[in-house]
Amino acid sequence: MKKIFSADVIAPIIIGIFALLIWEILVRLMNLPPYILPGPLLVFQTLIEEWHNLFPSLLITLQITLMALMTATFSGLLVAILFAQSKWIERSFFPYAVILQTTPIVAIAPLIILWFKNNIFAALVVCASIVAFFPIVSNTTLGLNSVEANLNNLFQLYKASPWQKLIYLRLPSALPYFLGGLRISGGLALIGAVVAEFVAGTGGSQSGIAYQILMSSYNLEIPRMFAALFLTTLSGVIIFVSLTILSDLLLKNWHESAIKKYN
Amino acid sequence: MKINNNKNNTRDNLALTLKNLSKVYANGTVALQNINLTVGEGDFVSLVGASGCGKSTLLRTIAGLEKISSGEIKWGKKYLAQKLAFVFQEPVLMPWAKVVDNVGLPLKLSGVPQSQGRLRCAEAIHLVGLNGFEKVYPRQLSGGMKMRVSLARALVTQPSIMLMDEPFGALDEITRSKLNRDLLTLWQQQGWTVLFVTHNISEAVYLSNRVVVIGAPPGRVVADIPIEAPLPRSEYFRTSHLCNEYCREIWAHLQEAINPTPFEPKRTLKP
Repeated sequence: MKKIFSADVIAPIIIGIFALLIWEILVRLMNLPPYILPGPLLVFQTLIEEWHNLFPSLLITLQITLMALMTATFSGLLVAILFAQSKWIERSFFPYAVILQTTPIVAIAPLIILWFKNNIFAALVVCASIVAFFPIVSNTTLGLNSVEANLNNLFQLYKASPWQKLIYLRLPSALPYFLGGLRISGGLALIGAVVAEFVAGTGGSQSGIAYQILMSSYNLEIPRMFAALFLTTLSGVIIFVSLTILSDLLLKNWHESAIKKYN
Repeated sequence: MKINNNKNNTRDNLALTLKNLSKVYANGTVALQNINLTVGEGDFVSLVGASGCGKSTLLRTIAGLEKISSGEIKWGKKYLAQKLAFVFQEPVLMPWAKVVDNVGLPLKLSGVPQSQGRLRCAEAIHLVGLNGFEKVYPRQLSGGMKMRVSLARALVTQPSIMLMDEPFGALDEITRSKLNRDLLTLWQQQGWTVLFVTHNISEAVYLSNRVVVIGAPPGRVVADIPIEAPLPRSEYFRTSHLCNEYCREIWAHLQEAINPTPFEPKRTLKP
């Protein structure tokens, strides 16, 4: 429990408090109206008042995020394993994975929502998955191809089958890379979910946190918008921290990235 | 006392015969040229040469890790491919697996039942003196202990021939001589045939009953010297007159073997 009081935790907290303090003071000194820039105290007050509206919306967005992250992880792993089977498969299909990554989700989201006419939830999950998919694929593919040459020789000497090589050698070698990708994808899934909700707009039957942000800005309830934004970013941080903890737990016995923290 | 000497070998108990073996890389570099070598059953043969002379390539070719360009490799009757073990210059351990899982890997890959595998792992770990370290991850071990794990993994399959590629090259002198002694004991106990690559002449003399000197370039056999000293060999053998004589002889052959290429510094940077 000593860790809670370590400099790693205290330093950012002090910076955060300091920044909020300056923000509050500036708003008061310059006499800014809340619809231009609300002070942090007002935002916090609004957050508590509007909790019963905002929190259920956040839960919907988080549900989309988690579903999307799981879909992206599962399909990303499968595709990476497929790529790792032969250089030719990788060479032929990898450009399309890149295209999927570089297509602006804002542009294709309306189309996807149209295709899933009756199921807006599924449409949003698909949109967020597309955004979260690429880091998993590219990192895991890199990892599966980064097996130490001598270990490869060793498996060859003992006549390991391609399947044994995959299970006992390539997948464990790829684990740190995969977890790195997962950490990036966690945040991207949330962004993807929010962006897709924005596109779905106020017409959507499910109202996620993006719907709340949109509605607040239409109604010039800027403190409420800030409160919703705060909840979104906080969720992003929590997702990142939990994936980091997961990564450290899985790698604590052997990988350099996790060793110092636990020993 | 036992002296393994290849002169006593008849054709029946040969472990390995290399006939006119050559290896040419795709870029035209000749790594090995017309290597002829016989290894008797139970022999401990060291391949000595300067770095880059092709001795490691020779070993990897024998192991089947590299293809031969011409010539042939003939195995003795008992020497099926499964009975071959290879020890690399580095320990080559899986960092994510505990000692016991690293040692047991060859058994797992060849589908040995788990109960039997566990027994043989324990035995191998005991033989290299790593009792109590079964559940430890490689990164917690010293260089010498990692090498012991690598050794245990090699002997867990009960191989008949052991190919070792400078296995103790990265270790300090004290650890190296300790592992030399243990290897010699294990060799006598287990009745392996060993092909041992090294550039350390005194290590080669201490361990082997034959030292083969490889010259370069291209890699070729320049001398084949039987070491006729009784076993077991004590630490004192290393500093004995006999050992020194052998070292001097091998050193002379090595000097001959190196083609004199005049040293010409090349200017690669433009002024």
